[in-house]
Amino acid sequence: MLKDITLGQYFPGDTPVHRLDPRTKIICVVLYIVALFCAKWFVSYGVIIAVLTLCVCLSRVPLRALSRGLRPVYIIVAFTALMNLFFTAGEPVSDLPVLRYISQTGVYTALFMVLRIVLLITGTFLLTYTTSPIALTDALDQLLAPLKKLRVPVHELTLMMSLALRFIPTLIEETDKIMSAQKARGADFESGNLIRRAKALIPILVPLFVSAFRRADELATAMECRCYHGGEGRTALYVLRYRAADYAVLASFVLLAAGQIVLGRLGW
Amino acid sequence: MEAILRVENLTYTYSAGTPFEHSAVEGINLTVLPGEFLGIIGHTGSGKSTLMQQLNGLLKPTAGRIYLDGRDIWSEPKEIRKVRFRVGLVFQYPEYQLFEETVYKDIAFGPTNMGLSDGEIDRRVRDAAAFVGLSEEQLFSSPFELSGGQKRRAAIAGVIAMEPEVLILDEPTAGLDPRGRDRILEQIRDYHREKGTTVILVSHSMEEIARNVDRIAVLHRGHTYMDGTPAQVFARAEELMSIGLDVPQVTKVALALREKGVDVDPSVCTVEALRQELLTLKGGGGAC
Ligand SMILES: Nc1ncnc2c1ncn2[C@@H]1O[C@H](COP(=O)(O)OP(=O)(O)OP(=O)(O)O)[C@@H](O)[C@H]1O
Ligand SMILES: [Mg+2]
Repeated sequence: MLKDITLGQYFPGDTPVHRLDPRTKIICVVLYIVALFCAKWFVSYGVIIAVLTLCVCLSRVPLRALSRGLRPVYIIVAFTALMNLFFTAGEPVSDLPVLRYISQTGVYTALFMVLRIVLLITGTFLLTYTTSPIALTDALDQLLAPLKKLRVPVHELTLMMSLALRFIPTLIEETDKIMSAQKARGADFESGNLIRRAKALIPILVPLFVSAFRRADELATAMECRCYHGGEGRTALYVLRYRAADYAVLASFVLLAAGQIVLGRLGW
Repeated sequence: MEAILRVENLTYTYSAGTPFEHSAVEGINLTVLPGEFLGIIGHTGSGKSTLMQQLNGLLKPTAGRIYLDGRDIWSEPKEIRKVRFRVGLVFQYPEYQLFEETVYKDIAFGPTNMGLSDGEIDRRVRDAAAFVGLSEEQLFSSPFELSGGQKRRAAIAGVIAMEPEVLILDEPTAGLDPRGRDRILEQIRDYHREKGTTVILVSHSMEEIARNVDRIAVLHRGHTYMDGTPAQVFARAEELMSIGLDVPQVTKVALALREKGVDVDPSVCTVEALRQELLTLKGGGGAC
Protein backbone atom coordinates (compact mmCIF):
# COMPACT_ATOMS: atom_id res chain seq x y z
CA MET A 1 0.00 0.00 0.00
CA LEU A 2 2.87 2.36 0.77
CA LYS A 3 4.16 1.51 -2.68
CA ASP A 4 1.34 3.49 -4.25
CA ILE A 5 3.06 6.74 -3.41
CA THR A 6 4.70 8.06 -6.55
CA LEU A 7 7.63 10.35 -6.18
CA GLY A 8 7.89 11.49 -9.74
CA GLN A 9 8.15 7.93 -10.92
CA TYR A 10 10.25 7.25 -13.97
CA PHE A 11 8.61 5.55 -16.96
CA PRO A 12 11.37 3.87 -18.93
CA GLY A 13 11.01 4.32 -22.66
CA ASP A 14 12.81 5.07 -25.87
CA THR A 15 11.11 8.11 -27.36
CA PRO A 16 12.56 11.39 -28.65
CA VAL A 17 11.74 12.93 -25.28
CA HIS A 18 13.49 10.16 -23.35
CA ARG A 19 16.54 10.42 -25.58
CA LEU A 20 17.12 14.14 -25.03
CA ASP A 21 20.04 15.11 -22.88
CA PRO A 22 18.78 15.50 -19.29
CA ARG A 23 20.40 18.95 -19.12
CA THR A 24 18.40 20.03 -22.14
CA LYS A 25 15.25 18.83 -20.47
CA ILE A 26 15.96 20.67 -17.24
CA ILE A 27 16.72 23.93 -19.06
CA CYS A 28 13.60 23.47 -21.19
CA VAL A 29 11.46 22.99 -18.12
CA VAL A 30 12.86 26.21 -16.65
CA LEU A 31 12.13 28.05 -19.92
CA TYR A 32 8.69 26.45 -20.02
CA ILE A 33 7.95 27.75 -16.53
CA VAL A 34 9.09 31.25 -17.52
CA ALA A 35 6.85 31.04 -20.59
CA LEU A 36 3.96 29.80 -18.50
CA PHE A 37 4.22 32.65 -16.02
CA CYS A 38 4.26 35.22 -18.82
CA ALA A 39 1.05 33.84 -20.29
CA LYS A 40 -1.87 36.25 -19.86
CA TRP A 41 -4.71 35.38 -22.17
CA PHE A 42 -6.18 32.62 -24.36
CA VAL A 43 -3.63 32.94 -27.16
CA SER A 44 -0.58 32.53 -24.93
CA TYR A 45 -2.15 29.72 -22.87
CA GLY A 46 -3.13 28.05 -26.13
CA VAL A 47 0.52 28.08 -27.27
CA ILE A 48 1.66 26.53 -23.98
CA ILE A 49 -1.01 23.84 -24.12
CA ALA A 50 -0.04 23.02 -27.69
CA VAL A 51 3.65 22.68 -26.77
CA LEU A 52 2.87 20.51 -23.74
CA THR A 53 0.48 18.29 -25.71
CA LEU A 54 3.12 17.78 -28.36
CA CYS A 55 5.71 16.79 -25.72
CA VAL A 56 3.29 14.42 -23.96
CA CYS A 57 2.36 12.74 -27.23
CA LEU A 58 6.00 12.34 -28.21
CA SER A 59 6.91 10.92 -24.80
CA ARG A 60 4.11 8.31 -24.85
CA VAL A 61 3.62 8.72 -21.10
CA PRO A 62 0.12 7.42 -20.35
CA LEU A 63 -2.35 10.18 -19.54
CA ARG A 64 -3.47 8.22 -16.50
CA ALA A 65 0.00 8.51 -15.00
CA LEU A 66 0.03 12.26 -15.60
CA SER A 67 -3.34 12.76 -13.96
CA ARG A 68 -2.23 10.62 -11.03
CA GLY A 69 0.52 13.14 -10.43
CA LEU A 70 -2.16 15.82 -10.17
CA ARG A 71 -4.15 13.97 -7.55
CA PRO A 72 -2.44 15.45 -4.47
CA VAL A 73 -3.08 19.03 -5.67
CA TYR A 74 -6.79 18.71 -6.54
CA ILE A 75 -7.74 20.41 -3.29
CA ILE A 76 -5.33 23.30 -3.80
CA VAL A 77 -6.60 23.74 -7.34
CA ALA A 78 -10.24 23.73 -6.23
CA PHE A 79 -9.48 26.15 -3.41
CA THR A 80 -7.60 28.56 -5.70
CA ALA A 81 -10.42 28.44 -8.21
CA LEU A 82 -13.08 29.24 -5.60
CA MET A 83 -11.06 32.03 -4.01
CA ASN A 84 -10.44 33.71 -7.34
CA LEU A 85 -13.99 33.15 -8.46
CA PHE A 86 -15.58 34.85 -5.47
CA PHE A 87 -13.04 37.37 -4.31
CA THR A 88 -12.03 39.16 -7.49
CA ALA A 89 -13.57 42.61 -7.72
CA GLY A 90 -15.34 43.62 -10.93
CA GLU A 91 -18.57 43.58 -12.92
CA PRO A 92 -20.92 40.76 -11.67
CA VAL A 93 -21.73 38.09 -14.24
CA SER A 94 -25.46 38.45 -13.63
CA ASP A 95 -27.75 39.47 -10.78
CA LEU A 96 -29.10 36.01 -9.93
CA PRO A 97 -28.62 34.99 -6.23
CA VAL A 98 -25.20 33.28 -6.25
CA LEU A 99 -23.83 34.63 -9.52
CA ARG A 100 -24.08 38.12 -8.05
CA TYR A 101 -20.87 37.50 -6.15
CA ILE A 102 -18.96 36.36 -9.18
CA SER A 103 -17.29 38.93 -11.34
CA GLN A 104 -16.38 38.46 -14.97
CA THR A 105 -12.70 39.04 -14.29
CA GLY A 106 -13.05 36.53 -11.45
CA VAL A 107 -14.12 33.82 -13.89
CA TYR A 108 -11.11 34.46 -16.12
CA THR A 109 -8.65 34.69 -13.23
CA ALA A 110 -9.95 31.45 -11.76
CA LEU A 111 -9.73 29.68 -15.11
CA PHE A 112 -6.20 30.89 -15.80
CA MET A 113 -5.00 30.09 -12.26
CA VAL A 114 -6.25 26.52 -12.54
CA LEU A 115 -4.69 26.18 -15.99
CA ARG A 116 -1.43 27.55 -14.69
CA ILE A 117 -1.19 25.09 -11.79
CA VAL A 118 -2.18 22.11 -13.91
CA LEU A 119 0.24 23.03 -16.70
CA LEU A 120 3.03 23.70 -14.24
CA ILE A 121 2.67 20.33 -12.54
CA THR A 122 2.13 18.34 -15.70
CA GLY A 123 5.16 19.92 -17.33
CA THR A 124 7.51 19.22 -14.45
CA PHE A 125 6.12 15.71 -14.00
CA LEU A 126 6.80 15.02 -17.64
CA LEU A 127 10.45 15.71 -16.87
CA THR A 128 10.59 13.20 -14.03
CA TYR A 129 8.53 10.65 -15.95
CA THR A 130 10.93 10.68 -18.88
CA THR A 131 14.26 11.12 -17.10
CA SER A 132 15.74 8.61 -14.71
CA PRO A 133 16.66 10.04 -11.29
CA ILE A 134 20.31 9.26 -11.89
CA ALA A 135 20.34 11.17 -15.17
CA LEU A 136 18.59 14.06 -13.45
CA THR A 137 21.14 14.35 -10.69
CA ASP A 138 24.01 14.01 -13.14
CA ALA A 139 22.53 16.81 -15.17
CA LEU A 140 22.01 19.00 -12.10
CA ASP A 141 25.55 18.32 -11.03
CA GLN A 142 26.83 19.72 -14.33
CA LEU A 143 24.36 22.56 -14.66
CA LEU A 144 25.15 23.80 -11.16
CA ALA A 145 28.90 23.30 -11.55
CA PRO A 146 29.58 27.07 -11.93
CA LEU A 147 28.29 27.51 -8.36
CA LYS A 148 31.30 25.56 -7.13
CA LYS A 149 33.29 28.76 -7.63
CA LEU A 150 31.11 30.27 -4.90
CA ARG A 151 32.00 27.33 -2.65
CA VAL A 152 28.57 25.77 -2.94
CA PRO A 153 29.10 22.01 -2.38
CA VAL A 154 27.28 21.09 -5.60
CA HIS A 155 28.66 17.61 -5.94
CA GLU A 156 27.85 16.71 -2.34
CA LEU A 157 24.33 18.03 -2.72
CA THR A 158 23.61 16.12 -5.90
CA LEU A 159 25.17 12.99 -4.45
CA MET A 160 22.90 13.30 -1.44
CA MET A 161 19.97 13.75 -3.78
CA SER A 162 20.74 10.67 -5.83
CA LEU A 163 21.34 8.58 -2.71
CA ALA A 164 18.03 9.72 -1.25
CA LEU A 165 16.25 8.90 -4.50
CA ARG A 166 17.95 5.54 -4.61
CA PHE A 167 16.94 4.63 -1.07
CA ILE A 168 13.38 5.87 -0.92
CA PRO A 169 11.93 2.73 -2.55
CA THR A 170 14.15 0.55 -0.38
CA LEU A 171 12.97 2.27 2.76
CA ILE A 172 9.34 2.02 1.70
CA GLU A 173 9.73 -1.68 1.06
CA GLU A 174 11.45 -2.10 4.39
CA THR A 175 8.68 -0.20 6.19
CA ASP A 176 6.12 -2.49 4.60
CA LYS A 177 8.04 -5.53 5.74
CA ILE A 178 8.53 -4.32 9.32
CA MET A 179 4.86 -3.34 9.55
CA SER A 180 3.83 -6.82 8.46
CA ALA A 181 6.21 -8.44 10.91
CA GLN A 182 4.84 -6.39 13.81
CA LYS A 183 1.28 -7.00 12.71
CA ALA A 184 2.05 -10.71 12.82
CA ARG A 185 2.77 -10.16 16.51
CA GLY A 186 -0.55 -8.44 16.97
CA ALA A 187 0.50 -4.81 16.60
CA ASP A 188 -2.51 -2.64 15.93
CA PHE A 189 -2.01 0.55 13.93
CA GLU A 190 -5.60 1.31 13.12
CA SER A 191 -7.46 1.73 16.39
CA GLY A 192 -7.17 3.85 19.51
CA ASN A 193 -6.72 7.58 20.05
CA LEU A 194 -3.93 9.74 18.71
CA ILE A 195 -1.48 8.98 21.52
CA ARG A 196 -1.99 5.24 21.22
CA ARG A 197 -1.52 5.42 17.49
CA ALA A 198 1.64 7.45 17.84
CA LYS A 199 2.94 4.90 20.33
CA ALA A 200 2.08 2.10 17.94
CA LEU A 201 4.61 3.59 15.52
CA ILE A 202 7.56 2.90 17.81
CA PRO A 203 7.83 -0.76 16.81
CA ILE A 204 8.14 0.40 13.20
CA LEU A 205 10.35 3.44 13.60
CA VAL A 206 13.02 1.87 15.79
CA PRO A 207 13.85 -1.01 13.43
CA LEU A 208 13.56 1.33 10.46
CA PHE A 209 16.10 3.78 11.88
CA VAL A 210 18.41 0.99 12.95
CA SER A 211 18.40 -0.44 9.45
CA ALA A 212 18.72 2.96 7.78
CA PHE A 213 21.85 3.68 9.82
CA ARG A 214 23.20 0.22 9.09
CA ARG A 215 22.62 0.75 5.38
CA ALA A 216 24.24 4.16 5.45
CA ASP A 217 27.23 2.68 7.18
CA GLU A 218 27.52 -0.17 4.72
CA LEU A 219 27.14 2.18 1.79
CA ALA A 220 29.87 4.46 3.10
CA THR A 221 32.19 1.49 3.50
CA ALA A 222 31.33 0.17 0.05
CA MET A 223 32.01 3.56 -1.51
CA GLU A 224 35.31 3.90 0.26
CA CYS A 225 36.30 0.40 -0.84
CA ARG A 226 35.89 1.62 -4.39
CA CYS A 227 38.10 4.62 -3.70
CA TYR A 228 35.41 7.26 -3.67
CA HIS A 229 36.99 10.49 -2.57
CA GLY A 230 34.48 13.21 -3.37
CA GLY A 231 33.81 15.10 -6.56
CA GLU A 232 37.36 16.40 -7.14
CA GLY A 233 38.70 15.16 -10.46
CA ARG A 234 35.92 12.65 -10.86
CA THR A 235 35.02 11.64 -14.40
CA ALA A 236 31.83 10.05 -15.65
CA LEU A 237 31.44 6.67 -17.32
CA TYR A 238 28.68 7.95 -19.54
CA VAL A 239 29.59 11.48 -20.55
CA LEU A 240 26.62 13.71 -21.25
CA ARG A 241 26.80 15.20 -24.73
CA TYR A 242 24.54 17.70 -26.46
CA ARG A 243 23.50 16.54 -29.91
CA ALA A 244 21.85 18.35 -32.79
CA ALA A 245 18.38 17.53 -31.48
CA ASP A 246 19.26 19.08 -28.14
CA TYR A 247 20.31 22.35 -29.75
CA ALA A 248 17.15 22.41 -31.84
CA VAL A 249 14.92 21.78 -28.84
CA LEU A 250 16.77 24.34 -26.73
CA ALA A 251 16.40 26.93 -29.46
CA SER A 252 12.68 26.26 -29.77
CA PHE A 253 12.16 26.65 -26.05
CA VAL A 254 14.13 29.90 -25.97
CA LEU A 255 11.88 31.06 -28.79
CA LEU A 256 8.84 29.90 -26.85
CA ALA A 257 9.85 31.87 -23.76
CA ALA A 258 10.71 34.97 -25.79
CA GLY A 259 7.49 34.70 -27.77
CA GLN A 260 5.46 34.40 -24.60
CA ILE A 261 7.08 37.47 -23.13
CA VAL A 262 6.06 39.42 -26.23
CA LEU A 263 2.54 37.96 -26.21
CA GLY A 264 2.27 38.82 -22.52
CA ARG A 265 3.28 42.42 -23.20
CA LEU A 266 0.62 42.61 -25.89
CA GLY A 267 -1.89 41.24 -23.39
CA TRP A 268 -2.88 38.31 -25.63
CA MET B 1 -8.67 -36.10 11.02
CA GLU B 2 -10.12 -32.59 10.75
CA ALA B 3 -7.69 -30.21 9.08
CA ILE B 4 -6.47 -27.27 11.15
CA LEU B 5 -5.66 -25.20 8.08
CA ARG B 6 -7.24 -25.71 4.70
CA VAL B 7 -6.38 -23.66 1.66
CA GLU B 8 -8.66 -23.69 -1.35
CA ASN B 9 -7.79 -22.37 -4.77
CA LEU B 10 -5.66 -19.62 -3.32
CA THR B 11 -4.47 -16.95 -5.73
CA TYR B 12 -2.53 -13.81 -4.97
CA THR B 13 -1.71 -11.12 -7.51
CA TYR B 14 0.72 -8.31 -6.72
CA SER B 15 -0.03 -4.83 -8.14
CA ALA B 16 -3.28 -6.02 -9.73
CA GLY B 17 -4.50 -3.71 -12.47
CA THR B 18 -1.12 -2.13 -13.26
CA PRO B 19 1.48 -3.01 -15.89
CA PHE B 20 3.49 -4.63 -13.08
CA GLU B 21 0.74 -7.17 -12.36
CA HIS B 22 2.24 -10.46 -11.25
CA SER B 23 0.61 -13.59 -9.86
CA ALA B 24 2.85 -14.96 -7.13
CA VAL B 25 0.45 -17.73 -6.03
CA GLU B 26 -1.99 -19.39 -8.42
CA GLY B 27 -4.74 -21.76 -7.37
CA ILE B 28 -3.00 -23.49 -4.50
CA ASN B 29 -4.80 -26.20 -2.51
CA LEU B 30 -3.26 -27.38 0.71
CA THR B 31 -4.39 -29.14 3.87
CA VAL B 32 -2.51 -29.05 7.15
CA LEU B 33 -3.42 -31.53 9.90
CA PRO B 34 -3.18 -30.70 13.61
CA GLY B 35 0.18 -31.55 15.09
CA GLU B 36 1.77 -32.03 11.70
CA PHE B 37 5.28 -30.87 10.82
CA LEU B 38 4.94 -29.64 7.24
CA GLY B 39 7.82 -28.53 5.06
CA ILE B 40 7.33 -26.07 2.22
CA ILE B 41 10.06 -26.01 -0.32
CA GLY B 42 10.50 -24.08 -3.52
CA HIS B 43 12.90 -22.08 -5.58
CA THR B 44 13.52 -18.37 -4.94
CA GLY B 45 10.43 -16.49 -6.08
CA SER B 46 8.18 -19.54 -6.13
CA GLY B 47 5.67 -17.80 -3.86
CA LYS B 48 6.46 -19.36 -0.50
CA SER B 49 6.51 -16.16 1.51
CA THR B 50 3.44 -14.84 -0.29
CA LEU B 51 1.55 -18.03 0.58
CA MET B 52 2.63 -17.89 4.22
CA GLN B 53 1.59 -14.26 4.65
CA GLN B 54 -1.87 -15.17 3.52
CA LEU B 55 -2.17 -18.00 6.01
CA ASN B 56 -2.15 -15.58 8.94
CA GLY B 57 -4.13 -12.85 7.23
CA LEU B 58 -1.35 -10.38 6.51
CA LEU B 59 -2.16 -10.49 2.83
CA LYS B 60 -5.72 -10.82 1.68
CA PRO B 61 -6.08 -13.43 -1.07
CA THR B 62 -7.04 -12.15 -4.51
CA ALA B 63 -9.17 -15.28 -4.88
CA GLY B 64 -9.73 -18.45 -2.90
CA ARG B 65 -10.31 -19.20 0.75
CA ILE B 66 -8.38 -20.14 3.87
CA TYR B 67 -10.10 -22.10 6.62
CA LEU B 68 -8.70 -22.18 10.13
CA ASP B 69 -10.42 -24.91 12.14
CA GLY B 70 -13.15 -24.96 9.51
CA ARG B 71 -13.84 -21.20 9.64
CA ASP B 72 -12.99 -18.86 6.79
CA ILE B 73 -10.44 -16.46 8.28
CA TRP B 74 -11.80 -13.53 6.28
CA SER B 75 -15.43 -14.13 7.28
CA GLU B 76 -14.96 -11.40 9.87
CA PRO B 77 -12.24 -9.01 8.70
CA LYS B 78 -12.37 -7.13 12.03
CA GLU B 79 -11.28 -10.25 13.87
CA ILE B 80 -8.21 -10.87 11.72
CA ARG B 81 -5.91 -9.98 14.62
CA LYS B 82 -7.18 -13.04 16.49
CA VAL B 83 -6.18 -15.19 13.54
CA ARG B 84 -2.67 -13.77 13.76
CA PHE B 85 -2.41 -14.87 17.39
CA ARG B 86 -3.49 -18.39 16.44
CA VAL B 87 -1.26 -18.66 13.37
CA GLY B 88 2.13 -17.31 14.39
CA LEU B 89 4.41 -16.27 11.53
CA VAL B 90 8.15 -15.81 11.90
CA PHE B 91 9.28 -13.72 8.94
CA GLN B 92 12.29 -14.20 6.76
CA TYR B 93 15.16 -12.37 8.53
CA PRO B 94 13.05 -11.68 11.63
CA GLU B 95 15.94 -10.10 13.53
CA TYR B 96 15.29 -6.78 11.77
CA GLN B 97 11.99 -6.41 13.60
CA LEU B 98 13.48 -6.23 17.12
CA PHE B 99 12.86 -2.84 18.67
CA GLU B 100 12.58 -2.91 22.47
CA GLU B 101 15.16 -1.93 25.06
CA THR B 102 15.56 -5.47 26.30
CA VAL B 103 15.10 -8.87 24.73
CA TYR B 104 12.58 -9.65 27.46
CA LYS B 105 10.36 -6.72 26.51
CA ASP B 106 10.63 -7.59 22.84
CA ILE B 107 9.51 -11.16 23.38
CA ALA B 108 6.68 -9.82 25.54
CA PHE B 109 5.40 -7.61 22.70
CA GLY B 110 3.15 -10.30 21.19
CA PRO B 111 1.70 -11.61 24.47
CA THR B 112 1.09 -8.01 25.63
CA ASN B 113 -0.85 -7.30 22.45
CA MET B 114 -2.96 -10.35 23.27
CA GLY B 115 -4.00 -8.64 26.50
CA LEU B 116 -2.72 -11.36 28.83
CA SER B 117 -2.07 -10.86 32.54
CA ASP B 118 1.43 -9.91 33.71
CA GLY B 119 1.98 -13.29 35.34
CA GLU B 120 1.02 -15.14 32.18
CA ILE B 121 3.21 -12.89 30.03
CA ASP B 122 6.16 -13.53 32.30
CA ARG B 123 5.65 -17.28 32.13
CA ARG B 124 5.38 -17.26 28.36
CA VAL B 125 8.42 -15.07 27.84
CA ARG B 126 10.56 -17.31 30.03
CA ASP B 127 9.21 -20.48 28.40
CA ALA B 128 9.86 -19.15 24.92
CA ALA B 129 13.34 -17.94 25.85
CA ALA B 130 14.14 -21.36 27.29
CA PHE B 131 12.99 -23.07 24.10
CA VAL B 132 15.26 -21.04 21.89
CA GLY B 133 18.13 -21.23 24.38
CA LEU B 134 18.47 -17.61 25.49
CA SER B 135 20.04 -17.19 28.91
CA GLU B 136 18.69 -15.04 31.73
CA GLU B 137 21.51 -12.60 31.17
CA GLN B 138 20.75 -12.26 27.48
CA LEU B 139 17.08 -11.80 28.29
CA PHE B 140 17.84 -8.50 29.99
CA SER B 141 20.39 -7.17 27.55
CA SER B 142 19.58 -4.97 24.56
CA PRO B 143 18.58 -6.95 21.47
CA PHE B 144 21.06 -4.89 19.48
CA GLU B 145 23.95 -6.27 21.51
CA LEU B 146 23.25 -9.86 20.53
CA SER B 147 24.96 -11.73 17.70
CA GLY B 148 23.07 -12.41 14.48
CA GLY B 149 22.09 -15.94 15.46
CA GLN B 150 21.01 -14.85 18.93
CA LYS B 151 18.92 -12.05 17.46
CA ARG B 152 17.25 -14.56 15.19
CA ARG B 153 16.42 -16.74 18.19
CA ALA B 154 15.07 -13.79 20.16
CA ALA B 155 12.80 -12.95 17.24
CA ILE B 156 11.57 -16.54 16.97
CA ALA B 157 10.89 -16.53 20.72
CA GLY B 158 8.77 -13.42 20.19
CA VAL B 159 6.37 -15.46 18.07
CA ILE B 160 6.57 -18.66 20.10
CA ALA B 161 5.59 -16.65 23.19
CA MET B 162 2.17 -16.08 21.67
CA GLU B 163 1.76 -19.87 21.84
CA PRO B 164 0.10 -20.06 18.43
CA GLU B 165 -1.70 -23.22 17.35
CA VAL B 166 0.14 -23.12 14.06
CA LEU B 167 3.73 -21.92 13.99
CA ILE B 168 5.06 -20.86 10.59
CA LEU B 169 8.77 -20.24 10.13
CA ASP B 170 9.83 -18.60 6.87
CA GLU B 171 13.41 -19.69 6.20
CA PRO B 172 14.47 -19.50 9.84
CA THR B 173 18.02 -20.57 9.03
CA ALA B 174 18.79 -18.29 6.08
CA GLY B 175 22.21 -16.71 6.42
CA LEU B 176 23.34 -18.67 9.49
CA ASP B 177 26.44 -20.83 9.87
CA PRO B 178 25.94 -24.62 9.86
CA ARG B 179 26.07 -24.94 13.62
CA GLY B 180 23.65 -22.08 14.23
CA ARG B 181 21.38 -23.60 11.61
CA ASP B 182 21.40 -27.03 13.24
CA ARG B 183 20.73 -25.57 16.67
CA ILE B 184 17.73 -23.58 15.54
CA LEU B 185 16.29 -26.56 13.69
CA GLU B 186 16.84 -28.77 16.69
CA GLN B 187 15.05 -26.27 18.93
CA ILE B 188 12.14 -26.08 16.53
CA ARG B 189 11.97 -29.88 16.43
CA ASP B 190 11.98 -30.06 20.24
CA TYR B 191 9.31 -27.43 20.41
CA HIS B 192 7.15 -29.37 18.00
CA ARG B 193 7.64 -32.59 19.91
CA GLU B 194 6.97 -31.16 23.34
CA LYS B 195 4.07 -28.88 22.54
CA GLY B 196 2.47 -30.86 19.75
CA THR B 197 1.96 -27.59 17.86
CA THR B 198 1.44 -27.67 14.12
CA VAL B 199 4.62 -26.37 12.52
CA ILE B 200 5.17 -25.22 8.95
CA LEU B 201 8.80 -24.84 7.96
CA VAL B 202 9.64 -22.94 4.79
CA SER B 203 13.03 -23.54 3.30
CA HIS B 204 14.91 -24.03 0.11
CA SER B 205 17.37 -26.46 1.58
CA MET B 206 16.35 -30.06 0.99
CA GLU B 207 18.72 -31.39 3.64
CA GLU B 208 17.05 -29.25 6.23
CA ILE B 209 13.55 -30.26 5.24
CA ALA B 210 14.34 -33.94 4.77
CA ARG B 211 15.60 -34.41 8.29
CA ASN B 212 12.75 -32.70 10.07
CA VAL B 213 9.33 -32.85 8.51
CA ASP B 214 6.49 -35.35 8.19
CA ARG B 215 5.26 -34.06 4.87
CA ILE B 216 6.61 -31.87 2.10
CA ALA B 217 4.82 -29.54 -0.28
CA VAL B 218 6.89 -28.41 -3.25
CA LEU B 219 5.99 -25.03 -4.76
CA HIS B 220 6.95 -24.12 -8.28
CA ARG B 221 5.98 -20.83 -9.96
CA GLY B 222 3.04 -20.32 -7.62
CA HIS B 223 1.62 -23.85 -7.98
CA THR B 224 1.90 -26.92 -5.76
CA TYR B 225 4.18 -29.16 -7.75
CA MET B 226 4.28 -32.11 -5.34
CA ASP B 227 2.76 -32.94 -1.99
CA GLY B 228 3.66 -36.01 0.02
CA THR B 229 5.93 -37.65 2.58
CA PRO B 230 9.65 -37.04 2.19
CA ALA B 231 10.06 -40.56 0.80
CA GLN B 232 7.36 -39.99 -1.83
CA VAL B 233 8.79 -36.63 -2.82
CA PHE B 234 12.40 -37.74 -3.03
CA ALA B 235 11.42 -40.77 -5.03
CA ARG B 236 10.85 -38.24 -7.81
CA ALA B 237 14.34 -36.81 -7.48
CA GLU B 238 14.77 -36.24 -11.21
CA GLU B 239 11.64 -34.10 -11.47
CA LEU B 240 12.85 -32.09 -8.49
CA MET B 241 16.18 -31.52 -10.11
CA SER B 242 14.49 -30.52 -13.37
CA ILE B 243 12.81 -27.58 -11.61
CA GLY B 244 16.12 -26.54 -10.16
CA LEU B 245 15.73 -27.98 -6.66
CA ASP B 246 18.34 -30.07 -5.01
CA VAL B 247 17.81 -33.40 -3.32
CA PRO B 248 19.60 -34.45 -0.13
CA GLN B 249 23.15 -35.76 -0.55
CA VAL B 250 22.05 -39.17 0.72
CA THR B 251 19.38 -39.44 -1.94
CA LYS B 252 22.02 -38.64 -4.54
CA VAL B 253 24.22 -41.41 -3.16
CA ALA B 254 21.31 -43.83 -3.30
CA LEU B 255 20.57 -42.81 -6.89
CA ALA B 256 24.19 -43.30 -7.86
CA LEU B 257 24.20 -46.72 -6.21
CA ARG B 258 21.12 -47.72 -8.16
CA GLU B 259 22.81 -46.73 -11.38
CA LYS B 260 25.64 -49.06 -10.42
CA GLY B 261 23.13 -51.85 -9.98
CA VAL B 262 22.70 -51.83 -6.19
CA ASP B 263 19.01 -52.26 -5.47
CA VAL B 264 18.46 -49.54 -2.84
CA ASP B 265 15.28 -47.59 -2.33
CA PRO B 266 15.94 -44.29 -4.13
CA SER B 267 13.75 -42.30 -1.76
CA VAL B 268 15.91 -42.60 1.37
CA CYS B 269 16.61 -39.19 2.74
CA THR B 270 18.62 -39.63 5.92
CA VAL B 271 22.01 -41.20 6.45
CA GLU B 272 20.53 -43.54 9.03
CA ALA B 273 17.88 -44.82 6.63
CA LEU B 274 20.43 -45.48 3.91
CA ARG B 275 22.63 -47.32 6.39
CA GLN B 276 19.75 -49.57 7.39
CA GLU B 277 18.89 -50.14 3.77
CA LEU B 278 22.43 -51.15 2.87
CA LEU B 279 22.74 -53.36 5.93
CA THR B 280 19.55 -55.24 5.03
CA LEU B 281 20.83 -55.66 1.48
CA LYS B 282 24.08 -57.12 2.79
CA GLY B 283 22.06 -59.73 4.61
CA GLY B 284 21.64 -58.00 7.92
CA GLY B 285 24.02 -57.46 10.83
CA GLY B 286 27.73 -56.67 10.73
CA ALA B 287 29.39 -53.39 9.91
CA CYS B 288 29.22 -51.89 6.50
N1 LIG C 1 5.69 -6.76 -2.51
C1 LIG C 1 5.76 -7.33 -3.72
N2 LIG C 1 5.35 -6.65 -4.83
C2 LIG C 1 5.40 -7.21 -6.05
N3 LIG C 1 5.84 -8.45 -6.29
C3 LIG C 1 6.27 -9.18 -5.25
C4 LIG C 1 6.25 -8.67 -3.91
N4 LIG C 1 6.73 -9.62 -3.08
C5 LIG C 1 7.03 -10.67 -3.85
N5 LIG C 1 6.76 -10.43 -5.15
C6 LIG C 1 6.94 -11.36 -6.28
O1 LIG C 1 6.19 -12.52 -6.02
C7 LIG C 1 6.92 -13.67 -6.33
C8 LIG C 1 6.96 -14.60 -5.14
O2 LIG C 1 7.65 -13.99 -4.09
P1 LIG C 1 7.86 -14.67 -2.68
O3 LIG C 1 8.52 -13.67 -1.81
O4 LIG C 1 6.58 -15.23 -2.22
O5 LIG C 1 8.88 -15.81 -3.07
P2 LIG C 1 9.63 -16.86 -2.11
O6 LIG C 1 9.24 -18.20 -2.59
O7 LIG C 1 9.37 -16.52 -0.70
O8 LIG C 1 11.15 -16.59 -2.48
P3 LIG C 1 12.46 -16.63 -1.52
O9 LIG C 1 12.88 -18.03 -1.44
O10 LIG C 1 13.42 -15.79 -2.28
O11 LIG C 1 12.06 -16.02 -0.21
C9 LIG C 1 8.29 -13.22 -6.78
O12 LIG C 1 8.34 -13.35 -8.19
C10 LIG C 1 8.38 -11.78 -6.37
O13 LIG C 1 9.05 -11.05 -7.36
MG1 LIG D 1 10.51 -15.88 0.91
